[in-house]
Amino acid sequence: MNVNDTIVVVLAASAIFYGTPLVFAAMGELLAERSGVLNLGVEGMMLTGAVTAFWAVQHLGGPDWLVLLLATMIGGFAALAVSVIHAVLVVGLRANQIVSGLALTIFAGATGLSSYVGNVARLGGQPAHHEFTAINVLGLADVPVLGPILFHQNALVYASWALVLVALAYLHRTRTGLHLRAVGESPQTADVMGIDVARYRYAHTLVGGLLAGVGGAYFSLAITPNWIDGMTSGAGWIAIALVIFAFWRPELTLAGAYLFGLFSSLGFVLQARQVHLPPEVFAALPYLMTVVVLVAVSTGWAKQRLGAPAALGTPYVREER
Amino acid sequence: MRIQRRLTTPRWLVVAVPVASLVAAFAAAAIVLLIAGKDPGATYALLVDRAFIAHGAITNTLITATPLLFTGLAAAAAFRMRLWNIGGEGQLYLGAIGASGVGLLLRDQPPVLIIVGMIAGGLAAGAAWSSIPGLLKAYFNTNEIITSLMLNYVAGLILTYLIFDSRSFWRELGTFSARAFPQGKQLPDAATWPTFDLGIAVLPFGFLLGFIAALGLWLFYRSTSFGFQARVLGDSPPAARYAGIKTRRVVVVMMAISGAFAGLGGASEVGDFRHVLDPRGLQQAGFGYAGIVVAALARYNPFAVVLVAFLLGGLANAGYSLQGPDFPAGLVGVLQGMILFFALGGELLLRYRVSFGARLAAAPS
Repeated sequence: MNVNDTIVVVLAASAIFYGTPLVFAAMGELLAERSGVLNLGVEGMMLTGAVTAFWAVQHLGGPDWLVLLLATMIGGFAALAVSVIHAVLVVGLRANQIVSGLALTIFAGATGLSSYVGNVARLGGQPAHHEFTAINVLGLADVPVLGPILFHQNALVYASWALVLVALAYLHRTRTGLHLRAVGESPQTADVMGIDVARYRYAHTLVGGLLAGVGGAYFSLAITPNWIDGMTSGAGWIAIALVIFAFWRPELTLAGAYLFGLFSSLGFVLQARQVHLPPEVFAALPYLMTVVVLVAVSTGWAKQRLGAPAALGTPYVREER
Repeated sequence: MRIQRRLTTPRWLVVAVPVASLVAAFAAAAIVLLIAGKDPGATYALLVDRAFIAHGAITNTLITATPLLFTGLAAAAAFRMRLWNIGGEGQLYLGAIGASGVGLLLRDQPPVLIIVGMIAGGLAAGAAWSSIPGLLKAYFNTNEIITSLMLNYVAGLILTYLIFDSRSFWRELGTFSARAFPQGKQLPDAATWPTFDLGIAVLPFGFLLGFIAALGLWLFYRSTSFGFQARVLGDSPPAARYAGIKTRRVVVVMMAISGAFAGLGGASEVGDFRHVLDPRGLQQAGFGYAGIVVAALARYNPFAVVLVAFLLGGLANAGYSLQGPDFPAGLVGVLQGMILFFALGGELLLRYRVSFGARLAAAPS
């Protein structure tokens, strides 16, 4: 038997495949939270990205790569547009961030705008005209063990790796990144330093929306290339939890996303190998593990909320500091 | 434009802002309808007709409003003290499982016993389910938003498992068609909750129960020392600790109370309306998430929850009966989201005075 067909290699490769949308969405949420804005609308933004990206591949013509690139961008910018509402409410109007984020998910989510667009544009029940498929990078796909894991993934997987590197460099090696951290930790200090707190918060909330949209597009263009209401089934919420597990650090976010990719793929892989358990047990695994991991990081050695931006969730009002 | 914190909020604004939010949300959603090439005027006319005017509309609206009233109270009870239980959806499912289980178990008992048993079953199952995030929050300081939400998905899977993938007590296995097309066991007739004919509409027992629950929640926060402790903890956790309030106990109990309300919502849905454990119907309704909208629009006031649940119940009821090409699925969620956005924006007017023009002498803060 080929080593690349063993369960460990298959699981590792599919953990990366299923974890990638979480990388995008969680990285976006991480940037927003680093500026002090908690956005619980990730699920709604992801579904907005998923439905608009799917609309795009059904309606745009051209070579595969171009259509997919445009569709991913359309998904990202549609989600960005939705995130503007949250940004205006919480940064501009000082609304409660938790309720506003929930409102965003209700507005755009499985029973809201994404479902409305899918219905009005009659997107349900069609196969995608274009979809992301695995690329055989440098012809290395058949290399034992590493081939399927590292060299036979789709373009968005490689883009997500670039994103993590960019985010790391941005947060730790650039002036803007330093300012961003200041805004999230102590907006008063940042304000005194001459940093425009509101501008940083707007910008990073919108980037968070963009990345959530790309993560959503991954669902409708790569995982199951079609449109179903609520197809992200809670991935947006897992992404929010992921930022907490990862202590607001990009490199740990990547690792955490793959851990959850593993939980999501375990069911498919084990069922394909004739492991008989009710399907609900496998389906519940990512949700239950989210709770378990969250309890683990919120207790014991991690109790001090290592890395949580100090001003997370609080509006900044200059006159009231 | 200048924004100053208000020291007192005029009473009329407290009513005017939510009403204006509703109106503004419908105006904004009209744009969404226009983009899709629908006529907003005709759509809204149809909506109001199906919700409140057509024959039997108010009766159906009350039936839909009942679970919303309970999930709205669930959110209001917890949010009021800044405990973010967004697991109302899952707690409602568990309440439905509990109530239908008791209803089936007591099938040969007198109606009063069955109904009391169903209420207790729904209440206990909802409270047990919400106690998981409550205990985790109290003892491990785990973020209750994420845990309560994750458990919604797990609860949905439990529902599906009980009816579609197991030979459970809730599943009908007696007839041939039920084995081919899985469905729940019908509850006995004696488990049907009573109704009260008011002339213009038929009031379901669940709605009455919800009204009593709202009264109870109001009294709880207003007149009990435990409610006072919860309010203090919500407003200022350090102050609560200095005052010697047992914060863990307050969190666990409030989370359980919140879940109990949502569980009652599930029980009422079974007793008033479905008379069977129906995973698809319960999951499509999304009462738990809509309850958050109800509570926020009611500004966590229990009596306002009753009124708002009735209004949004009308919206949801019309949404089901009109669903189709002229009224695409998803429109109800769009409207609910917009209502919440405008209500949140309106909060600014309640908490701050917004004035235009030249800068005046700074008020002491």
